[in-house]
Amino acid sequence: MRIHFEKRKTYSAKASVLTPVISFLVSLILTAVMLAAVKINPAEVYAAMFRGAFGTWRDFSETLVKAIPLILTSLGVATAFKLKFWNIGAEGQLVLGGIGASWVALFASAWLPPAILLPAAIIVGAVAGSVWAGVPALLKVKLGVDETLTTLMLNYVAIIAYDGIYTGPWRDPDGFGFPGSAMFPEAAWLPRLTGRTHAGLIFALIIAAVLWFAFYKTKWGFELQMIGNNKKAARVLGVNIGRNIIIALLISGAISGIAGACEVTGIARRLQQGLSLGYGYTAIIIAWMSRLNPAVCIPVSIIMAGLLVGGDSVQIMMGVPSAMGQVMQGMILFPMLAGSIFSEYRLRLSRDSAATAAPTEGGLA
Amino acid sequence: MILLLTSILAITLRAGTSLVFATIGEIYTEKSGVLNLGIEGIMLMSAVLSFTVSYYTGNLFAAVVTAMATGAVLSLLHAFLSITMRAQQVVSGLSITLFGTGMASFLGQTLGPESNSGYMIGLTAAKFETLTIPGLSKLPVIGAVFNQDLLTYIVLLLIPVAWYFMFRTKYGLNLRAVGESPQTADAMGIDVTRTRYIYTIFGGIMAGIGGAHLSLAYTPGWTENITGGRGWIVIALVIFSLWNPSRAIWGAILFGGINAVQFRLQASGAEIPAPVLNMMPYLVTIVVLIIITLWENRRRGTGTPAALGTPYQREEK
Repeated sequence: MRIHFEKRKTYSAKASVLTPVISFLVSLILTAVMLAAVKINPAEVYAAMFRGAFGTWRDFSETLVKAIPLILTSLGVATAFKLKFWNIGAEGQLVLGGIGASWVALFASAWLPPAILLPAAIIVGAVAGSVWAGVPALLKVKLGVDETLTTLMLNYVAIIAYDGIYTGPWRDPDGFGFPGSAMFPEAAWLPRLTGRTHAGLIFALIIAAVLWFAFYKTKWGFELQMIGNNKKAARVLGVNIGRNIIIALLISGAISGIAGACEVTGIARRLQQGLSLGYGYTAIIIAWMSRLNPAVCIPVSIIMAGLLVGGDSVQIMMGVPSAMGQVMQGMILFPMLAGSIFSEYRLRLSRDSAATAAPTEGGLA
Repeated sequence: MILLLTSILAITLRAGTSLVFATIGEIYTEKSGVLNLGIEGIMLMSAVLSFTVSYYTGNLFAAVVTAMATGAVLSLLHAFLSITMRAQQVVSGLSITLFGTGMASFLGQTLGPESNSGYMIGLTAAKFETLTIPGLSKLPVIGAVFNQDLLTYIVLLLIPVAWYFMFRTKYGLNLRAVGESPQTADAMGIDVTRTRYIYTIFGGIMAGIGGAHLSLAYTPGWTENITGGRGWIVIALVIFSLWNPSRAIWGAILFGGINAVQFRLQASGAEIPAPVLNMMPYLVTIVVLIIITLWENRRRGTGTPAALGTPYQREEK
């Protein structure tokens, strides 16, 4: 008897809902095994993580603080992935957005009316993120340069530049040696909703709604989908692939740039350490788990943010390394990837030995 | 001047060793048609685990074997996901890197001794010492080649072997056939799935040794993000060497050389701001990638395996 994969006629909705849920559970189990192996009680850790992330309103607002950049960057990533353009540079685009917004907040306040300082900061942040994603897009479209590497390399460039800027030229001269810029003028502060949760949440929700509409209800969304699924067919049907890639990537970068702009104007309100926390990489997991659906990115981001906040709180309370939250995030992906096959294929058991004399690739005999 | 050149070449080779190991491995993986973007995660995991083994046992051989096993396990996972489960290779590789980065950081904070509150950071352990070859090491400039650690000597010897195996043996021919046209290879009776599994795991083992070289020889010890993106530079080096193991050395010399020059310039207190120097390897990677791509566009046959990144599936009746 053999087990092999058979292509489904239609895409299985049940499998695509079950897979992320099962993946999350598998990740919980695997991490529990790992924790037990290093002699830490997994039940205690999970309970503490949950309490740390969702226990009180205050904790939940901290989770939202981390969910905002995750929602935004995952939306950015999803926009690029839709075309199978592997933009793994959301981290760099976020950092550039932060630098751009900080530049406005710090230096343009001299000549910009206070009322438009904050909008200007966010727009410049978006443009900066756009440029950072636009360069790899142009290189890909015009010359065919592999985007995985260019977007990733630009992350390193962005982070090094940002480290150099806040410890160097933009360092607060009156900061008593504090490595960071001066505080932004109050006109450039993003208002807070509750706790440290800032208005970036509203941007995130609006952008998610707009993207959802654009992806599923417009001709443009249909074109993106078509390019992602089958470039050749899209070209034959007269879709301008190059132009779509560049437009999608400018949008993708802009959204991540807004994430960075909100981080600096909403939380620290100065350019300092802690802008690049790896949100742009977690965003890849989120976008993939959400099957690139902007609406789904929101709850998934909140769960992922919960893992991060929970991870921090178990470090404080139990001395368990906070990297555990990251490990759990990574572990979700493997069952997800393995499971994604089930929405396109079904497992079939066959007994007829003659028909299966030639082993099917992927057969698990 | 000669002394300076000798010292730059010596540092270049030392800095490039981990890159060459991983690059040769990834060339083999990609030649079989599998793209593994998990190298960065594999190198990090191997670096932390091999350093841990070296710390507790003092046995460098065991440490390197641990690194190889780490690479084998992680790349087996990639092989399973991308070959058997036909997952997107880009995403599967990225997952390995994301997982490996988090896991390495977690292990680096848990595996250490209680006296160091579980951290592996800041410890010293057995490391690969420089083995000076008498006589030869005294030669001007070239002497730098004979003033290295064991792993560097091994990788230098491995380059011609890797070239010979790929281009002059039956196994190498089969490997290239699988990456070029899996349908034809299958019809010739080559087991496509098995070949891809073997070379994906081989690539992981090599990346593992590369990771071990970082924590046991180049910068002995464990620090967070010890690779500094080397696993990604490797992906660029594969393209740079046009999928030919014999050219892997040039990329490594270029990138190792940037490190060495950076090191020299910083030590001499030059005027160039440190961030600009630190950006160099990443910017150079982009520039090199553009040049290679332009060159590739103009002529055919640069060695890119035609079936790279696409899962193989027999036509089903």
